Amino acid sequence: MQQEVSIDSIKKSGSSMEDVMQQMAEHKGCGTSGGSGKASCGSSGGQGDLAPDIWEKVKNHPCYSEEAHHHYARMHVAVAPACNIQCNYCNRKYDCANESRPGVVSEKLTPEVAAKKVLAVASTIPQMTVLGIAGPGDSLANPAKTFKTFELISQVAPDIKLCLSTNGLALPDYVQEIKKYNVDHVTVTINMVDPEVGAKIYPWIFYKNKRYTGVEAARILHERQMLGLEMLTAEKILVKVNSVMIPGINDAHLVEVNKAVKSRGAFLHNIMPLISAPEHGTVFGLNGQRGPTAQELKALQDSCEGEMNMMRHCRQCRADAVGLLGEDRSSEFTTDKIMEMDVSYDLEGRKKYQEVVEAERQKESEAKHAELAELGNEFADVQVLVAIATKGSGRINEHFGHAKEFQIFELSTQSAKFVGHRRVDLYCQGGYGDEDSLATVIRAINDCHAVFVAKIGGCPKADLKNAGIEAVDEYANEFIEQSALRWFKDYLGKIKQGEIVHEARGDAQIRQGAYTPESAAA
Amino acid sequence: MAYKIVTSQCTACSACEPECPNNAIREKDGTFIIKPEKCTECIGYFDEPQCVAVCPVDDTCIIDGAYPRYQAA
Ligand code: SF4
Ligand code: SF4
Ligand code: SF4
Repeated sequence: MQQEVSIDSIKKSGSSMEDVMQQMAEHKGCGTSGGSGKASCGSSGGQGDLAPDIWEKVKNHPCYSEEAHHHYARMHVAVAPACNIQCNYCNRKYDCANESRPGVVSEKLTPEVAAKKVLAVASTIPQMTVLGIAGPGDSLANPAKTFKTFELISQVAPDIKLCLSTNGLALPDYVQEIKKYNVDHVTVTINMVDPEVGAKIYPWIFYKNKRYTGVEAARILHERQMLGLEMLTAEKILVKVNSVMIPGINDAHLVEVNKAVKSRGAFLHNIMPLISAPEHGTVFGLNGQRGPTAQELKALQDSCEGEMNMMRHCRQCRADAVGLLGEDRSSEFTTDKIMEMDVSYDLEGRKKYQEVVEAERQKESEAKHAELAELGNEFADVQVLVAIATKGSGRINEHFGHAKEFQIFELSTQSAKFVGHRRVDLYCQGGYGDEDSLATVIRAINDCHAVFVAKIGGCPKADLKNAGIEAVDEYANEFIEQSALRWFKDYLGKIKQGEIVHEARGDAQIRQGAYTPESAAA
Repeated sequence: MAYKIVTSQCTACSACEPECPNNAIREKDGTFIIKPEKCTECIGYFDEPQCVAVCPVDDTCIIDGAYPRYQAA
Protein backbone atom coordinates (compact mmCIF):
# COMPACT_ATOMS: atom_id res chain seq x y z
CA MET A 1 0.00 0.00 0.00
CA GLN A 2 2.76 2.29 1.03
CA GLN A 3 4.32 1.70 -2.35
CA GLU A 4 1.15 2.51 -4.27
CA VAL A 5 0.90 5.86 -2.60
CA SER A 6 4.48 6.77 -3.23
CA ILE A 7 4.51 5.95 -6.91
CA ASP A 8 1.33 7.90 -7.47
CA SER A 9 2.69 10.99 -5.90
CA ILE A 10 5.89 10.64 -7.83
CA LYS A 11 3.95 10.23 -11.01
CA LYS A 12 1.98 13.31 -10.37
CA SER A 13 5.10 15.34 -9.96
CA GLY A 14 6.65 13.76 -12.99
CA SER A 15 3.75 13.84 -15.36
CA SER A 16 4.33 17.32 -16.67
CA MET A 17 7.74 16.38 -17.91
CA GLU A 18 6.98 12.96 -19.19
CA ASP A 19 4.99 14.14 -22.14
CA VAL A 20 7.92 16.03 -23.48
CA MET A 21 10.57 13.50 -22.73
CA GLN A 22 12.01 11.43 -25.38
CA GLN A 23 11.10 7.89 -24.60
CA MET A 24 13.41 5.82 -26.55
CA ALA A 25 13.27 2.47 -28.13
CA GLU A 26 10.93 -0.27 -27.33
CA HIS A 27 11.91 -3.83 -27.01
CA LYS A 28 10.04 -6.18 -29.25
CA GLY A 29 10.17 -9.84 -28.50
CA CYS A 30 11.83 -10.68 -31.75
CA GLY A 31 13.65 -7.81 -33.20
CA THR A 32 16.08 -6.82 -30.50
CA SER A 33 18.14 -9.73 -31.67
CA GLY A 34 19.16 -8.01 -34.86
CA GLY A 35 20.06 -11.51 -35.90
CA SER A 36 20.67 -12.09 -39.55
CA GLY A 37 19.93 -15.42 -41.07
CA LYS A 38 17.56 -16.32 -38.29
CA ALA A 39 14.09 -17.62 -38.83
CA SER A 40 11.36 -15.06 -39.23
CA CYS A 41 10.80 -12.28 -36.81
CA GLY A 42 8.63 -13.05 -33.84
CA SER A 43 9.53 -16.66 -33.41
CA SER A 44 12.65 -16.69 -31.35
CA GLY A 45 12.23 -13.77 -28.97
CA GLY A 46 15.81 -14.29 -28.06
CA GLN A 47 19.16 -12.70 -28.37
CA GLY A 48 19.81 -13.84 -31.91
CA ASP A 49 23.32 -13.03 -33.04
CA LEU A 50 23.94 -10.47 -30.36
CA ALA A 51 26.77 -11.24 -28.02
CA PRO A 52 25.36 -12.32 -24.64
CA ASP A 53 26.76 -9.28 -22.84
CA ILE A 54 25.17 -6.90 -25.36
CA TRP A 55 21.87 -8.72 -25.00
CA GLU A 56 22.11 -8.35 -21.23
CA LYS A 57 22.44 -4.59 -21.66
CA VAL A 58 19.58 -4.30 -24.11
CA LYS A 59 16.87 -6.47 -22.66
CA ASN A 60 16.16 -4.35 -19.58
CA HIS A 61 17.52 -1.03 -20.72
CA PRO A 62 15.50 2.02 -19.69
CA CYS A 63 15.75 3.34 -23.23
CA TYR A 64 15.31 0.16 -25.19
CA SER A 65 13.01 -2.13 -23.28
CA GLU A 66 9.36 -1.85 -24.17
CA GLU A 67 7.98 -1.79 -20.66
CA ALA A 68 10.80 0.26 -19.23
CA HIS A 69 10.70 3.10 -21.68
CA HIS A 70 7.42 4.42 -20.33
CA HIS A 71 8.95 4.94 -16.93
CA TYR A 72 12.36 6.36 -17.47
CA ALA A 73 13.55 9.43 -19.25
CA ARG A 74 16.69 10.93 -20.54
CA MET A 75 17.83 14.47 -20.82
CA HIS A 76 20.18 16.19 -23.18
CA VAL A 77 22.60 18.93 -22.37
CA ALA A 78 23.67 21.28 -25.12
CA VAL A 79 27.42 21.47 -24.60
CA ALA A 80 28.51 20.75 -28.19
CA PRO A 81 27.80 23.67 -30.52
CA ALA A 82 30.30 22.97 -33.30
CA CYS A 83 29.75 20.61 -36.21
CA ASN A 84 32.11 19.16 -38.78
CA ILE A 85 29.69 18.48 -41.63
CA GLN A 86 26.71 20.16 -43.28
CA CYS A 87 23.39 18.38 -43.80
CA ASN A 88 20.77 19.69 -46.20
CA TYR A 89 18.06 19.27 -43.56
CA CYS A 90 19.93 21.39 -41.05
CA ASN A 91 20.01 25.12 -40.50
CA ARG A 92 22.90 25.74 -38.21
CA LYS A 93 21.16 28.52 -36.40
CA TYR A 94 19.25 25.70 -34.75
CA ASP A 95 20.08 22.47 -32.96
CA CYS A 96 21.35 19.41 -34.83
CA ALA A 97 18.34 18.05 -36.67
CA ASN A 98 19.56 14.47 -36.33
CA GLU A 99 18.47 14.18 -32.72
CA SER A 100 16.29 17.22 -32.10
CA ARG A 101 13.18 18.69 -33.47
CA PRO A 102 14.12 21.08 -36.22
CA GLY A 103 14.01 24.75 -35.53
CA VAL A 104 14.91 24.49 -31.87
CA VAL A 105 17.55 26.64 -30.24
CA SER A 106 18.85 25.44 -26.93
CA GLU A 107 20.90 27.32 -24.42
CA LYS A 108 24.58 26.50 -24.80
CA LEU A 109 26.14 25.30 -21.58
CA THR A 110 29.67 24.88 -20.35
CA PRO A 111 30.52 21.38 -19.10
CA GLU A 112 30.52 22.65 -15.50
CA VAL A 113 27.07 24.21 -15.71
CA ALA A 114 25.76 21.23 -17.65
CA ALA A 115 26.97 18.79 -15.01
CA LYS A 116 25.36 20.82 -12.28
CA LYS A 117 22.13 20.98 -14.20
CA VAL A 118 22.07 17.23 -14.69
CA LEU A 119 22.61 16.62 -11.00
CA ALA A 120 19.97 19.16 -10.03
CA VAL A 121 17.41 17.58 -12.34
CA ALA A 122 18.32 14.03 -11.38
CA SER A 123 18.01 14.66 -7.67
CA THR A 124 14.60 16.27 -8.16
CA ILE A 125 13.29 13.82 -10.74
CA PRO A 126 14.24 10.21 -10.13
CA GLN A 127 12.98 9.03 -13.54
CA MET A 128 15.92 10.81 -15.14
CA THR A 129 18.36 7.98 -15.65
CA VAL A 130 20.06 8.67 -18.96
CA LEU A 131 22.11 11.69 -19.95
CA GLY A 132 22.78 12.36 -23.60
CA ILE A 133 24.95 14.76 -25.52
CA ALA A 134 23.59 15.34 -28.98
CA GLY A 135 24.26 18.89 -29.86
CA PRO A 136 23.40 21.53 -30.69
CA GLY A 137 26.13 20.51 -33.17
CA ASP A 138 27.98 17.20 -33.18
CA SER A 139 29.11 15.74 -29.87
CA LEU A 140 32.41 14.49 -31.29
CA ALA A 141 33.20 17.72 -33.11
CA ASN A 142 33.45 19.11 -29.55
CA PRO A 143 35.37 16.31 -27.87
CA ALA A 144 36.84 18.34 -25.02
CA LYS A 145 33.45 19.67 -23.89
CA THR A 146 31.63 16.38 -24.38
CA PHE A 147 34.08 14.24 -22.43
CA LYS A 148 34.58 16.83 -19.71
CA THR A 149 30.83 16.77 -19.11
CA PHE A 150 30.86 12.97 -18.91
CA GLU A 151 33.77 13.03 -16.52
CA LEU A 152 32.10 15.50 -14.15
CA ILE A 153 28.81 13.60 -14.11
CA SER A 154 30.30 10.15 -13.70
CA GLN A 155 32.21 11.31 -10.63
CA VAL A 156 29.10 12.39 -8.74
CA ALA A 157 26.34 10.29 -10.27
CA PRO A 158 27.72 6.92 -11.27
CA ASP A 159 24.20 5.50 -11.70
CA ILE A 160 23.35 7.79 -14.62
CA LYS A 161 23.87 6.14 -17.98
CA LEU A 162 25.74 8.23 -20.53
CA CYS A 163 25.03 8.34 -24.23
CA LEU A 164 25.99 10.45 -27.20
CA SER A 165 24.89 11.04 -30.77
CA THR A 166 27.16 11.75 -33.68
CA ASN A 167 27.22 12.01 -37.44
CA GLY A 168 30.13 9.56 -37.31
CA LEU A 169 32.81 11.56 -39.09
CA ALA A 170 35.04 11.84 -36.02
CA LEU A 171 33.85 8.63 -34.41
CA PRO A 172 36.86 6.36 -35.13
CA ASP A 173 39.14 8.85 -33.36
CA TYR A 174 37.18 8.71 -30.12
CA VAL A 175 36.19 5.10 -29.60
CA GLN A 176 38.80 4.73 -26.87
CA GLU A 177 37.56 7.83 -25.03
CA ILE A 178 34.00 6.57 -25.33
CA LYS A 179 35.07 3.31 -23.78
CA LYS A 180 37.02 5.05 -21.04
CA TYR A 181 33.95 6.94 -19.80
CA ASN A 182 31.88 3.81 -19.95
CA VAL A 183 29.44 5.40 -22.37
CA ASP A 184 26.35 3.23 -22.44
CA HIS A 185 25.27 3.69 -26.03
CA VAL A 186 26.16 5.68 -29.10
CA THR A 187 23.73 6.86 -31.77
CA VAL A 188 25.13 7.34 -35.25
CA THR A 189 23.06 9.08 -37.91
CA ILE A 190 23.58 7.19 -41.16
CA ASN A 191 21.48 8.26 -44.14
CA MET A 192 23.27 6.42 -46.91
CA VAL A 193 25.85 3.79 -47.81
CA ASP A 194 26.20 5.03 -51.38
CA PRO A 195 28.23 8.25 -51.79
CA GLU A 196 26.14 9.18 -54.84
CA VAL A 197 23.09 9.29 -52.59
CA GLY A 198 25.11 10.99 -49.87
CA ALA A 199 26.11 13.82 -52.18
CA LYS A 200 22.45 14.83 -52.33
CA ILE A 201 22.24 15.02 -48.55
CA TYR A 202 25.61 16.43 -47.50
CA PRO A 203 27.01 19.44 -49.37
CA TRP A 204 30.34 19.31 -47.51
CA ILE A 205 32.39 17.90 -44.66
CA PHE A 206 35.43 19.26 -42.83
CA TYR A 207 37.97 16.50 -42.42
CA LYS A 208 41.70 16.54 -41.69
CA ASN A 209 41.97 20.31 -42.13
CA LYS A 210 40.22 20.37 -45.46
CA ARG A 211 36.73 21.00 -46.74
CA TYR A 212 35.51 18.23 -49.03
CA THR A 213 32.41 18.50 -51.21
CA GLY A 214 30.24 16.30 -53.40
CA VAL A 215 30.68 12.57 -53.79
CA GLU A 216 34.16 12.67 -52.30
CA ALA A 217 32.80 14.19 -49.08
CA ALA A 218 30.03 11.61 -48.89
CA ARG A 219 32.48 8.77 -49.51
CA ILE A 220 34.75 9.86 -46.66
CA LEU A 221 31.78 10.27 -44.34
CA HIS A 222 30.45 6.85 -45.31
CA GLU A 223 33.82 5.15 -44.72
CA ARG A 224 34.25 6.83 -41.35
CA GLN A 225 30.73 5.88 -40.30
CA MET A 226 31.23 2.22 -41.17
CA LEU A 227 34.65 2.12 -39.51
CA GLY A 228 33.32 3.78 -36.36
CA LEU A 229 30.41 1.38 -36.21
CA GLU A 230 32.71 -1.62 -36.52
CA MET A 231 35.07 -0.29 -33.87
CA LEU A 232 32.25 0.31 -31.40
CA THR A 233 30.81 -3.17 -31.85
CA ALA A 234 34.28 -4.64 -31.47
CA GLU A 235 34.41 -2.88 -28.09
CA LYS A 236 30.93 -4.19 -27.27
CA ILE A 237 29.46 -0.71 -26.97
CA LEU A 238 25.78 -0.50 -27.93
CA VAL A 239 25.23 1.28 -31.22
CA LYS A 240 21.91 2.58 -32.44
CA VAL A 241 21.60 3.94 -35.96
CA ASN A 242 19.30 6.83 -36.86
CA SER A 243 18.29 7.46 -40.47
CA VAL A 244 16.31 10.37 -41.83
CA MET A 245 13.85 9.25 -44.50
CA ILE A 246 13.95 11.70 -47.41
CA PRO A 247 11.42 10.74 -50.10
CA GLY A 248 12.94 10.53 -53.57
CA ILE A 249 16.49 10.73 -52.22
CA ASN A 250 17.16 7.88 -49.81
CA ASP A 251 13.80 6.26 -49.08
CA ALA A 252 14.31 3.06 -51.06
CA HIS A 253 18.02 3.15 -50.29
CA LEU A 254 17.44 2.91 -46.54
CA VAL A 255 16.75 -0.80 -46.92
CA GLU A 256 20.42 -1.10 -48.01
CA VAL A 257 21.48 1.05 -45.09
CA ASN A 258 19.53 -1.23 -42.79
CA LYS A 259 21.44 -4.28 -44.05
CA ALA A 260 24.81 -2.53 -43.86
CA VAL A 261 24.40 -1.34 -40.29
CA LYS A 262 22.91 -4.60 -39.10
CA SER A 263 25.81 -6.60 -40.50
CA ARG A 264 28.19 -4.30 -38.63
CA GLY A 265 26.51 -4.96 -35.32
CA ALA A 266 24.15 -2.04 -34.72
CA PHE A 267 21.45 -3.41 -32.44
CA LEU A 268 18.74 -0.95 -33.38
CA HIS A 269 17.80 1.08 -36.41
CA ASN A 270 15.54 4.09 -36.09
CA ILE A 271 14.06 5.56 -39.26
CA MET A 272 12.73 9.06 -38.71
CA PRO A 273 10.72 11.18 -41.11
CA LEU A 274 12.35 14.22 -42.67
CA ILE A 275 10.72 17.25 -41.13
CA SER A 276 11.09 20.12 -43.49
CA ALA A 277 9.38 23.45 -43.93
CA PRO A 278 10.51 26.63 -45.67
CA GLU A 279 10.61 28.57 -42.40
CA HIS A 280 13.40 26.32 -41.12
CA GLY A 281 15.65 27.87 -43.72
CA THR A 282 17.26 24.54 -44.60
CA VAL A 283 18.23 23.54 -48.13
CA PHE A 284 15.51 20.91 -48.17
CA GLY A 285 13.00 23.30 -46.60
CA LEU A 286 13.70 25.95 -49.20
CA ASN A 287 13.73 23.70 -52.26
CA GLY A 288 10.41 22.13 -51.33
CA GLN A 289 11.70 18.66 -50.46
CA ARG A 290 8.77 17.00 -48.69
CA GLY A 291 8.82 14.61 -45.76
CA PRO A 292 7.16 11.17 -45.90
CA THR A 293 3.55 10.50 -44.95
CA ALA A 294 2.80 8.30 -41.98
CA GLN A 295 1.99 5.39 -44.25
CA GLU A 296 5.17 5.75 -46.29
CA LEU A 297 7.21 5.84 -43.11
CA LYS A 298 5.50 2.82 -41.64
CA ALA A 299 5.82 0.85 -44.87
CA LEU A 300 9.57 1.45 -44.90
CA GLN A 301 9.90 0.60 -41.21
CA ASP A 302 7.92 -2.59 -41.82
CA SER A 303 10.07 -3.58 -44.76
CA CYS A 304 13.14 -3.30 -42.55
CA GLU A 305 11.57 -4.94 -39.56
CA GLY A 306 12.17 -8.56 -40.49
CA GLU A 307 15.79 -7.60 -40.86
CA MET A 308 16.32 -5.87 -37.58
CA ASN A 309 14.68 -4.24 -34.64
CA MET A 310 13.20 -0.92 -35.64
CA MET A 311 12.76 1.89 -33.24
CA ARG A 312 9.55 3.75 -33.71
CA HIS A 313 9.12 6.13 -30.92
CA CYS A 314 11.85 8.63 -31.59
CA ARG A 315 10.14 11.97 -31.30
CA GLN A 316 13.01 14.05 -32.54
CA CYS A 317 12.82 15.76 -29.23
CA ARG A 318 14.75 18.83 -28.43
CA ALA A 319 18.21 18.38 -27.05
CA ASP A 320 18.16 20.24 -23.79
CA ALA A 321 16.68 19.83 -20.38
CA VAL A 322 14.35 22.79 -20.74
CA GLY A 323 12.30 20.93 -23.31
CA LEU A 324 12.50 17.77 -21.30
CA LEU A 325 11.14 19.40 -18.25
CA GLY A 326 8.22 21.07 -19.91
CA GLU A 327 7.18 24.63 -19.58
CA ASP A 328 6.32 24.48 -15.93
CA ARG A 329 9.47 22.85 -14.65
CA SER A 330 12.07 24.40 -16.86
CA SER A 331 11.80 27.60 -14.87
CA GLU A 332 13.06 25.68 -11.85
CA PHE A 333 16.26 24.84 -13.64
CA THR A 334 17.48 28.00 -15.28
CA THR A 335 21.21 28.48 -15.22
CA ASP A 336 20.97 31.20 -12.59
CA LYS A 337 18.93 29.07 -10.23
CA ILE A 338 21.11 26.04 -10.76
CA MET A 339 24.21 27.95 -9.86
CA GLU A 340 22.58 28.95 -6.58
CA MET A 341 21.25 25.48 -5.82
CA ASP A 342 22.92 23.32 -3.27
CA VAL A 343 22.54 19.96 -4.93
CA SER A 344 22.87 16.85 -2.83
CA TYR A 345 22.74 13.75 -4.91
CA ASP A 346 20.60 11.08 -3.30
CA LEU A 347 21.80 7.82 -4.79
CA GLU A 348 19.83 5.69 -2.31
CA GLY A 349 16.56 7.53 -2.86
CA ARG A 350 16.91 7.14 -6.59
CA LYS A 351 17.52 3.43 -6.23
CA LYS A 352 14.38 3.01 -4.14
CA TYR A 353 12.26 4.89 -6.64
CA GLN A 354 13.57 2.74 -9.43
CA GLU A 355 12.71 -0.42 -7.53
CA VAL A 356 9.10 0.76 -7.29
CA VAL A 357 9.09 1.42 -11.01
CA GLU A 358 10.38 -2.06 -11.70
CA ALA A 359 7.48 -3.59 -9.75
CA GLU A 360 4.93 -1.44 -11.59
CA ARG A 361 6.35 -2.34 -14.93
CA GLN A 362 6.22 -6.02 -14.09
CA LYS A 363 2.49 -5.63 -13.41
CA GLU A 364 1.94 -3.82 -16.67
CA SER A 365 3.66 -6.53 -18.64
CA GLU A 366 1.72 -9.32 -16.97
CA ALA A 367 -1.59 -7.56 -17.62
CA LYS A 368 -0.78 -7.30 -21.30
CA HIS A 369 0.21 -10.92 -21.64
CA ALA A 370 -2.90 -12.10 -19.82
CA GLU A 371 -5.04 -10.09 -22.23
CA LEU A 372 -3.22 -11.43 -25.28
CA ALA A 373 -3.68 -14.99 -24.09
CA GLU A 374 -7.46 -14.53 -24.26
CA LEU A 375 -7.60 -13.31 -27.82
CA GLY A 376 -7.24 -16.63 -29.61
CA ASN A 377 -6.24 -16.97 -33.21
CA GLU A 378 -9.44 -16.79 -35.21
CA PHE A 379 -8.79 -13.27 -36.51
CA ALA A 380 -5.03 -13.52 -36.85
CA ASP A 381 -5.02 -11.37 -39.98
CA VAL A 382 -6.91 -8.41 -38.52
CA GLN A 383 -4.66 -5.48 -37.63
CA VAL A 384 -5.79 -2.09 -36.41
CA LEU A 385 -4.04 1.04 -35.25
CA VAL A 386 -5.22 2.96 -32.22
CA ALA A 387 -4.12 6.32 -30.84
CA ILE A 388 -3.50 6.87 -27.13
CA ALA A 389 -3.54 10.11 -25.16
CA THR A 390 -0.99 9.65 -22.41
CA LYS A 391 1.24 11.68 -20.15
CA GLY A 392 3.50 8.69 -19.58
CA SER A 393 3.87 5.84 -17.09
CA GLY A 394 2.26 3.49 -19.59
CA ARG A 395 -1.30 4.60 -18.78
CA ILE A 396 -4.18 6.31 -20.58
CA ASN A 397 -4.08 9.49 -18.56
CA GLU A 398 -4.42 12.54 -20.80
CA HIS A 399 -7.51 14.49 -21.85
CA PHE A 400 -8.22 14.50 -25.55
CA GLY A 401 -8.14 18.26 -25.74
CA HIS A 402 -4.86 18.57 -23.82
CA ALA A 403 -2.90 16.01 -25.78
CA LYS A 404 0.08 17.44 -27.62
CA GLU A 405 0.73 14.09 -29.19
CA PHE A 406 -0.74 10.64 -29.47
CA GLN A 407 1.06 7.33 -29.15
CA ILE A 408 0.10 4.89 -31.88
CA PHE A 409 -0.21 1.17 -31.12
CA GLU A 410 -0.77 -1.62 -33.59
CA LEU A 411 -3.10 -4.32 -32.31
CA SER A 412 -3.45 -7.87 -33.49
CA THR A 413 -4.17 -11.18 -31.83
CA GLN A 414 -0.42 -11.69 -31.52
CA SER A 415 0.66 -8.41 -30.05
CA ALA A 416 0.03 -4.84 -29.00
CA LYS A 417 3.02 -2.91 -30.15
CA PHE A 418 4.02 0.68 -30.09
CA VAL A 419 4.59 1.96 -33.63
CA GLY A 420 5.03 5.70 -33.33
CA HIS A 421 4.06 9.13 -32.12
CA ARG A 422 1.85 11.69 -33.81
CA ARG A 423 2.29 15.22 -32.67
CA VAL A 424 -0.61 17.62 -32.82
CA ASP A 425 0.80 20.53 -30.86
CA LEU A 426 1.35 22.89 -33.71
CA TYR A 427 -1.87 23.08 -35.61
CA CYS A 428 -1.69 26.81 -36.00
CA GLN A 429 1.59 26.61 -37.92
CA GLY A 430 2.82 24.69 -40.87
CA GLY A 431 0.12 25.51 -43.36
CA TYR A 432 -3.16 24.49 -41.79
CA GLY A 433 -3.84 27.86 -40.26
CA ASP A 434 -7.50 27.90 -41.20
CA GLU A 435 -8.45 24.60 -39.74
CA ASP A 436 -9.53 24.08 -36.19
CA SER A 437 -7.54 21.87 -33.91
CA LEU A 438 -9.87 18.93 -34.22
CA ALA A 439 -9.37 18.68 -37.96
CA THR A 440 -5.64 18.63 -37.33
CA VAL A 441 -5.94 15.82 -34.82
CA ILE A 442 -8.10 13.83 -37.22
CA ARG A 443 -5.55 14.39 -39.94
CA ALA A 444 -2.78 13.14 -37.66
CA ILE A 445 -4.56 9.96 -36.52
CA ASN A 446 -6.65 9.31 -39.60
CA ASP A 447 -5.18 5.82 -39.96
CA CYS A 448 -6.48 4.78 -36.52
CA HIS A 449 -9.73 2.99 -35.70
CA ALA A 450 -9.98 4.39 -32.21
CA VAL A 451 -8.49 6.98 -29.90
CA PHE A 452 -8.13 6.26 -26.17
CA VAL A 453 -8.38 9.18 -23.81
CA ALA A 454 -8.84 9.87 -20.11
CA LYS A 455 -11.68 12.26 -20.93
CA ILE A 456 -13.34 13.81 -23.97
CA GLY A 457 -16.25 16.18 -24.61
CA GLY A 458 -19.42 15.19 -26.46
CA CYS A 459 -18.77 17.37 -29.50
CA PRO A 460 -15.33 16.15 -30.44
CA LYS A 461 -16.49 12.62 -29.73
CA ALA A 462 -19.27 12.97 -32.31
CA ASP A 463 -16.98 14.63 -34.85
CA LEU A 464 -14.43 11.86 -34.45
CA LYS A 465 -17.18 9.34 -34.98
CA ASN A 466 -18.17 11.03 -38.23
CA ALA A 467 -14.56 10.75 -39.31
CA GLY A 468 -14.72 7.04 -38.52
CA ILE A 469 -12.64 7.13 -35.35
CA GLU A 470 -14.14 5.80 -32.15
CA ALA A 471 -13.31 7.81 -29.02
CA VAL A 472 -12.85 5.48 -26.05
CA ASP A 473 -12.86 6.99 -22.57
CA GLU A 474 -13.81 4.08 -20.34
CA TYR A 475 -10.21 3.07 -19.63
CA ALA A 476 -9.06 6.28 -17.97
CA ASN A 477 -5.85 5.76 -15.99
CA GLU A 478 -5.61 2.10 -16.96
CA PHE A 479 -2.58 0.46 -18.59
CA ILE A 480 -2.40 1.27 -22.29
CA GLU A 481 -1.81 -2.13 -23.82
CA GLN A 482 -4.14 -4.05 -21.55
CA SER A 483 -6.98 -1.59 -22.26
CA ALA A 484 -6.35 -1.46 -25.98
CA LEU A 485 -6.42 -5.24 -26.17
CA ARG A 486 -9.69 -5.38 -24.22
CA TRP A 487 -11.22 -2.97 -26.69
CA PHE A 488 -9.77 -5.05 -29.52
CA LYS A 489 -11.40 -8.17 -28.11
CA ASP A 490 -14.75 -6.35 -28.26
CA TYR A 491 -14.01 -5.21 -31.76
CA LEU A 492 -13.29 -8.75 -32.90
CA GLY A 493 -16.45 -9.89 -31.13
CA LYS A 494 -18.50 -7.44 -33.17
CA ILE A 495 -16.93 -8.64 -36.40
CA LYS A 496 -17.78 -12.18 -35.42
CA GLN A 497 -21.40 -11.31 -34.83
CA GLY A 498 -21.58 -9.46 -38.11
CA GLU A 499 -22.25 -6.14 -36.39
CA ILE A 500 -19.34 -4.48 -38.18
CA VAL A 501 -17.06 -5.19 -41.10
CA HIS A 502 -13.33 -4.67 -40.61
CA GLU A 503 -12.00 -2.06 -42.99
CA ALA A 504 -8.57 -0.55 -43.37
CA ARG A 505 -8.25 3.20 -42.72
CA GLY A 506 -6.57 5.90 -44.79
CA ASP A 507 -3.18 7.55 -44.46
CA ALA A 508 -2.22 10.14 -41.88
CA GLN A 509 -0.11 13.23 -41.90
CA ILE A 510 3.22 13.70 -40.14
CA ARG A 511 3.12 17.15 -38.69
CA GLN A 512 5.77 19.48 -40.04
CA GLY A 513 7.22 22.45 -38.26
CA ALA A 514 9.15 22.99 -35.13
CA TYR A 515 8.29 22.46 -31.53
CA THR A 516 9.07 25.64 -29.67
CA PRO A 517 7.90 26.97 -26.33
CA GLU A 518 5.83 29.59 -28.18
CA SER A 519 4.11 27.04 -30.35
CA ALA A 520 3.44 24.77 -27.39
CA ALA A 521 1.86 27.65 -25.55
CA ALA A 522 -0.19 28.73 -28.55
CA MET B 1 46.09 40.90 -44.39
CA ALA B 2 44.03 38.83 -42.12
CA TYR B 3 40.65 37.20 -41.93
CA LYS B 4 37.77 38.63 -40.00
CA ILE B 5 34.39 37.27 -38.90
CA VAL B 6 31.18 38.96 -39.99
CA THR B 7 29.57 39.25 -36.60
CA SER B 8 26.01 39.51 -37.85
CA GLN B 9 26.32 36.12 -39.54
CA CYS B 10 28.28 34.21 -36.91
CA THR B 11 26.16 31.56 -35.14
CA ALA B 12 28.73 31.36 -32.35
CA CYS B 13 29.07 27.64 -32.95
CA SER B 14 32.75 27.76 -31.93
CA ALA B 15 33.83 25.37 -34.68
CA CYS B 16 36.54 27.72 -35.96
CA GLU B 17 38.18 28.38 -32.60
CA PRO B 18 40.09 25.13 -32.07
CA GLU B 19 40.97 24.80 -35.77
CA CYS B 20 43.03 27.98 -35.96
CA PRO B 21 46.73 27.10 -35.96
CA ASN B 22 47.60 30.49 -34.52
CA ASN B 23 45.11 30.69 -31.70
CA ALA B 24 43.83 33.86 -33.29
CA ILE B 25 40.13 33.18 -32.66
CA ARG B 26 38.28 33.69 -29.41
CA GLU B 27 34.81 34.31 -28.09
CA LYS B 28 33.79 37.83 -27.25
CA ASP B 29 30.33 38.98 -26.22
CA GLY B 30 28.52 35.97 -27.56
CA THR B 31 30.22 35.93 -30.93
CA PHE B 32 33.65 34.99 -32.24
CA ILE B 33 36.40 37.32 -33.36
CA ILE B 34 39.78 36.98 -35.06
CA LYS B 35 42.81 38.84 -33.76
CA PRO B 36 44.22 40.26 -36.99
CA GLU B 37 47.78 40.48 -35.73
CA LYS B 38 47.79 36.75 -35.01
CA CYS B 39 46.11 35.53 -38.20
CA THR B 40 48.47 34.25 -40.90
CA GLU B 41 45.66 33.30 -43.28
CA CYS B 42 46.80 29.78 -42.40
CA ILE B 43 49.81 30.28 -44.65
CA GLY B 44 52.57 27.95 -43.57
CA TYR B 45 50.07 25.58 -41.98
CA PHE B 46 47.29 24.56 -44.30
CA ASP B 47 46.21 24.89 -47.91
CA GLU B 48 43.01 26.65 -47.01
CA PRO B 49 42.05 28.99 -44.18
CA GLN B 50 40.65 26.67 -41.52
CA CYS B 51 38.06 29.10 -40.22
CA VAL B 52 36.59 29.46 -43.70
CA ALA B 53 36.61 25.72 -44.32
CA VAL B 54 34.81 24.76 -41.11
CA CYS B 55 32.35 27.65 -40.81
CA PRO B 56 28.75 26.58 -41.46
CA VAL B 57 27.70 29.98 -42.78
CA ASP B 58 29.10 30.99 -46.17
CA ASP B 59 30.92 34.32 -46.40
CA THR B 60 31.22 34.71 -42.66
CA CYS B 61 35.01 34.37 -42.35
CA ILE B 62 36.30 36.78 -44.98
CA ILE B 63 39.44 38.73 -45.90
CA ASP B 64 39.77 41.90 -43.88
CA GLY B 65 40.77 44.60 -46.38
CA ALA B 66 42.01 46.86 -43.62
CA TYR B 67 45.23 44.86 -43.36
CA PRO B 68 47.91 44.10 -45.95
CA ARG B 69 48.18 40.50 -47.19
CA TYR B 70 50.14 38.30 -44.87
CA GLN B 71 53.73 37.71 -46.02
CA ALA B 72 55.26 34.40 -45.15
CA ALA B 73 58.51 34.97 -43.32
S1 SF4 C 1 25.26 16.74 -38.08
FE1 SF4 C 1 23.59 17.83 -37.03
S2 SF4 C 1 24.43 19.89 -36.61
FE2 SF4 C 1 25.77 18.92 -38.12
S3 SF4 C 1 24.98 19.65 -40.07
FE3 SF4 C 1 24.02 17.67 -39.70
S4 SF4 C 1 22.08 18.10 -38.68
FE4 SF4 C 1 23.36 19.98 -38.58
S1 SF4 D 1 42.70 32.19 -41.56
FE1 SF4 D 1 43.73 30.60 -40.39
S2 SF4 D 1 45.10 31.76 -39.06
FE2 SF4 D 1 43.58 33.21 -39.76
S3 SF4 D 1 41.99 33.16 -38.21
FE3 SF4 D 1 41.38 31.71 -39.80
S4 SF4 D 1 42.15 29.78 -39.04
FE4 SF4 D 1 43.24 31.36 -37.88
S1 SF4 E 1 32.69 28.74 -37.38
FE1 SF4 E 1 31.64 30.52 -38.29
S2 SF4 E 1 29.67 30.58 -37.26
FE2 SF4 E 1 30.97 29.23 -36.05
S3 SF4 E 1 31.86 30.57 -34.47
FE3 SF4 E 1 33.30 30.51 -36.19
S4 SF4 E 1 32.74 32.27 -37.46
FE4 SF4 E 1 31.03 31.91 -36.08
